[in-house]
Amino acid sequence: MKPIFDESDPVELRLCVNGAVRTLCVPPLRRLLDVLREDLRLTGTKEGCGEGECGACTVLIDGQAVLACLTAACSAEGSEVVTIEGPGFERARREFLEHGAAQCGICTPGMIVMTRAWAEACRRDGIEPTEDGARAALAGNLCRCTGYGAIVAAAVSTAREGFP
Amino acid sequence: MRVVVARSIDAALAALASATEASRILAGGTDLCVEFESGRTRPDLVVEVGRVAELRFVRETQAGLEIGAGSTCADLLRSAPVARGADLLALAAREVGAVQIQNRATLGGNLVTASPAADLVPALFALGARVRLASLAGRRELLVEEFVTGYRATARRPDELVESVVIPPRPAGEHRAFHKVGTRRAQSISKVVVALALGPRGAGARIAAGSVAERTLRLATLEAALARGLARERLAQAVAHAVALDTRPRDDVRSTARYRRAVLERVLVRVLGPWLEPEGNAA
Amino acid sequence: MERYIGRDLARPDGPAKVEGRAVYVADLDVPGAWVGGVVRSTVARGLLLGLDFDPGFDWRTVAVATAADVPGENVVALIADDQPLLVAREIEHWGEPLALVAAPDELQLARALAAVRPRIEARAACFDLERSPRVFKSIRVAQGDAGAVFRDVPPGARVVEGTYRTDSQEQLYVETQGFVAFPPASDGSVTVRGSLQCPHYVQKALARALGIAPEEARVVQLATGGGFGGKEDYPSVLACHAALLARVARRPVRLILGRHEDLAVTPKRHPARVRVRAAFAADGTGLALEADVLFDGGAYTTLSPVVLSRGVLHASGPYRWPAAEIRGSVVATNHVPYGAFRGFGAPQTCLAIERLMDRAARELGIHPFELRLRNALRPGDTTVTGQRLEHSVGSLEVLEAIARRTGFDRHAWGAPHAESGPRRRGLGFSFFFHGAGFTGSGEELLRGRVSLALLPDGRVEVLAGSTEIGQGTQALFTAIAAEALGADAADVVLATPDTARVPDSGPTVASRTCMVVGGVLAAAAAELRQRVGDGAASWRERARAFLAGGGDGAVTRAYAPPPGARWDEHSYRGDAYPVYGWAADVAEVFVDEDTGEVDVARLWTAVDVGRALQPRLVTGQIEGGALQAVGWAHREVVSARDGRCEQDRLATCIVPTTLDAPRFDVTLVEVPYPGGPFGAKGVGELPMDGGAPAVLSAIEDATGIHPAQVPATPERILDLLVARAEEAHA
Ligand SMILES: Cc1cc2nc3c(=O)[nH]c(=O)nc-3n(C[C@H](O)[C@H](O)[C@H](O)COP(=O)(O)OP(=O)(O)OC[C@H]3O[C@@H](n4cnc5c(N)ncnc54)[C@H](O)[C@@H]3O)c2cc1C
Ligand code: FES
Ligand code: FES
Repeated sequence: MKPIFDESDPVELRLCVNGAVRTLCVPPLRRLLDVLREDLRLTGTKEGCGEGECGACTVLIDGQAVLACLTAACSAEGSEVVTIEGPGFERARREFLEHGAAQCGICTPGMIVMTRAWAEACRRDGIEPTEDGARAALAGNLCRCTGYGAIVAAAVSTAREGFP
Repeated sequence: MRVVVARSIDAALAALASATEASRILAGGTDLCVEFESGRTRPDLVVEVGRVAELRFVRETQAGLEIGAGSTCADLLRSAPVARGADLLALAAREVGAVQIQNRATLGGNLVTASPAADLVPALFALGARVRLASLAGRRELLVEEFVTGYRATARRPDELVESVVIPPRPAGEHRAFHKVGTRRAQSISKVVVALALGPRGAGARIAAGSVAERTLRLATLEAALARGLARERLAQAVAHAVALDTRPRDDVRSTARYRRAVLERVLVRVLGPWLEPEGNAA
Repeated sequence: MERYIGRDLARPDGPAKVEGRAVYVADLDVPGAWVGGVVRSTVARGLLLGLDFDPGFDWRTVAVATAADVPGENVVALIADDQPLLVAREIEHWGEPLALVAAPDELQLARALAAVRPRIEARAACFDLERSPRVFKSIRVAQGDAGAVFRDVPPGARVVEGTYRTDSQEQLYVETQGFVAFPPASDGSVTVRGSLQCPHYVQKALARALGIAPEEARVVQLATGGGFGGKEDYPSVLACHAALLARVARRPVRLILGRHEDLAVTPKRHPARVRVRAAFAADGTGLALEADVLFDGGAYTTLSPVVLSRGVLHASGPYRWPAAEIRGSVVATNHVPYGAFRGFGAPQTCLAIERLMDRAARELGIHPFELRLRNALRPGDTTVTGQRLEHSVGSLEVLEAIARRTGFDRHAWGAPHAESGPRRRGLGFSFFFHGAGFTGSGEELLRGRVSLALLPDGRVEVLAGSTEIGQGTQALFTAIAAEALGADAADVVLATPDTARVPDSGPTVASRTCMVVGGVLAAAAAELRQRVGDGAASWRERARAFLAGGGDGAVTRAYAPPPGARWDEHSYRGDAYPVYGWAADVAEVFVDEDTGEVDVARLWTAVDVGRALQPRLVTGQIEGGALQAVGWAHREVVSARDGRCEQDRLATCIVPTTLDAPRFDVTLVEVPYPGGPFGAKGVGELPMDGGAPAVLSAIEDATGIHPAQVPATPERILDLLVARAEEAHA
């Protein structure tokens, strides 16, 4: 999973993670996923595949949902990173609990981060949140437990906040 | 291994001056990081261009629509000029991976990886796109078919950066279509992908297909038949002939050669059929 | 008035999961831990002549273990003990463990793994289940004289037959398998923590491999990111490997499989070939059934005999057969051993019988719903093992519910289509049952236990070995305990499954956690409640008073089989399962006849769950299981080339996304089971059985072809469509 790719000389990396500025010294191609999970011990971001297929490692970089397993540390330099441990997920968390959308929970952080990105996009672009919209937004996040129904419903409820 | 983070085209070109065959440019990372993960790629030099703003633009110019190589699939989906002038690219971008991938995957990366299953590449073929390359030695422009030379192989020299692609203006009355058959509805690699453009009465047809040979290709035999004024009744036969002649599909973990051939034929007939005139009406 | 039964309780494990605080094995911070890896065979069969260690590598920087280092027996203790922990000489499958390495970090580990060069002499391997030289287990179930019916078919009767194949399937838990093992303590005891379903299986395996007493092996479950059967048997292998490495390295070792390795070497669903034939009277009444079930077990026995048993016992479908003969075998090949996956053998045979019922309906000119209804087992009927069905037989209820919900009973199934164009709509149907709990005398032999302990503050701690793997064990046990105690949910605390603390409740498999372990828990709670006594004061006050008065707040109960249950393991006659779950599915598909692509748009299911203790949880189980079934039906390809799994990356191992999943419509039917807690029975696996036959039935309705293999991939569908077109042409 983890590429043996930490051979280049470490460089200084400055990130704003969940609102706090962090300065580290890491090899520039170290995966952001490992920076978060190992260097910063933020283990809420999960690894399901390491190759972009499962979405478990979804985080926000400058407000955009991206995959931490396919992001090199140097590509995130100077960015604002938000993980599941960060602020702003209260509504989505509540909806996920209320809909029974978390079973084993391993896909849940990625799902919740993606839900928030989608909800914010709906609000920003004035797009009415629908079930179809939620399904398209969450198509890069695999869940093997739920059959997706509860997750999609939780995402729609989350995004509906602020819509009549 | 050296890693250079470039924030301008000039900085990237300077870093690339010492590049070798083993060097890599890191844009969205959605291909390259997977290669790192599998251990397939161990570069001597990596030039990170993910935040070179000069590579991320869409411009309407005299030569047509110019799209920066750093434009992401999400950029293509949001761009009104792309929707007008390069609709095939937007249709293809919508089919790439899922949202997180689209937020990162760039046009330049798709093109330079030159996977036979790439979705943006056939769209570029059907649009007659030209690829603009830059290096410290200067700039040059290639037709996209000349740029993609083989299985994951391109005409790019190690020191060159793909700056942009140029899409010629859309001819009046041109039909265009994009169709992807994948392993599932999202996050799926193409088993067969078709992008095509067809002028009135079959003129100037550009029919591109992916995943049916070691690289994206154009179905020249079919294009020629269309240019001669193919009647609807003869389409299926002409398509079968062209697919047999022009494509070289293989069995792999995603599908079979037989399936790819059959589906390519059926998709082409389905897409082209309504645009052709029945016998008698044809020129 | 029940307070917790039938009402959704907040999941105790929920908040940590949605906040990213839940600790899975990869999240565990273990200072000083090394990372472990496995040297694997690169052939499917051969002889290991030796292991060469590159002299250019500094072997003092790592720890290495080979078969010679196994302190106990070199076996993965399960059913047959035929699988070595590390190959000593004979290699039986690709990816078989040859040696173990632990290193301070991943980079050093990768270098060390590459510096071990196994010397292997390859041998001819067998990958064809129909040519296997070795049978792991055969089973025969017989009732009446089926042979006589087929030899001498009664006038007017009709014989229908078919051969159905199902390919393997990957569980694809999103968290890969892993363990952290700690070096032996001064007293020789060993601790492992990991992702698993069955702590006491792992404990037994560790004891055998390390040559220690079971009590000296401590197994602790961490948050587990899905299992679906995949973490039933394989964690025993991984835990032993990790423990062995920790022993030689003298420090903690993390052995967490990468996704590629997990896909390539962990057990998947057994591929199967099932031949069935059945005789029906002209009115559709079933007269006799014959089935020949063949499973590919892979290289070692693992759980295959029990998987076969369940497969054979479900081959009859939920139907009355006055005469039946079902023969089954699971055979050895050089595939990676197959193992447990939700459904456990039943989905394979369920597909065959349900496809056969569709074919029979077509040939008899009877509506497929009507044919099922006519033959459905009803209360008072006997199954092919001679089991008389008495309690909680919701067969007619689920049929009625699905008909009401979908109108399938009036759908002109299989009629030629009026619509033109390549996109065809179809509806398909399946009717199925699934035995809840272990087969035969399994539960009686196991006698799963649950303990309760009254804490000083009056709360009750539940000590059970059942694991939370997402299905909701924690919420369920809290609800059952609180209800049976007459206490508040907040008065119940759940102990982490830790073999040092919890009794062996039996494995978390076979749809038994709610029904069997939950039942023991309810009985234990009722006993504690009786000891403490009811009253106006709150539970905690009463409990504290009880303790203050010297009361004994510790209760342990074991499973007691229902009175009168009988089972003969030799003749396969008797009560095969304590009770069955019943269900019917209707699938709506759109088939693109140009490409063979299938879109499963909707799936309706009506399920008799006995009693829905936690409606949201049980619905979640049903939808999740049904999606796995739908994925297997037409999309999830798993294949092997020369014994090596071809889908060893998530880019090629395809499972449904949100856009591929149908919209589900679940109808819960409640026909209470008196032997289960508050009327509940096990339904964890049931939804896996019916999805594939319903989807294939719908494809048949849409196109007229009769898919006989799962998954019905676009490639296979297109071949059938082309063959049909050629036939029509000829
Ligand atoms: C989960 C997943 C799903 C995917 N799904 C699809 C899909 O459906 N369809 C599809 O077509 N692709 C898909 N891809 C592949 C990939 O996303 C695309 O090919 C993408 O466009 C690559 O762009 P990138 O910016 O990420 O490239 P990078 O990974 O950054 O680079 C790729 C290659 O291009 C070179 N390169 C990048 N930019 C330049 C430049 N400006 N000049 C010169 N060389 C350059 C790099 O050196 C490298 O060799 C998928 C990938 C993943 C991980
Ligand atoms: S771990 Fe990043 S997408 Fe799977
Ligand atoms: S809840 Fe288990 S994978 Fe989604």
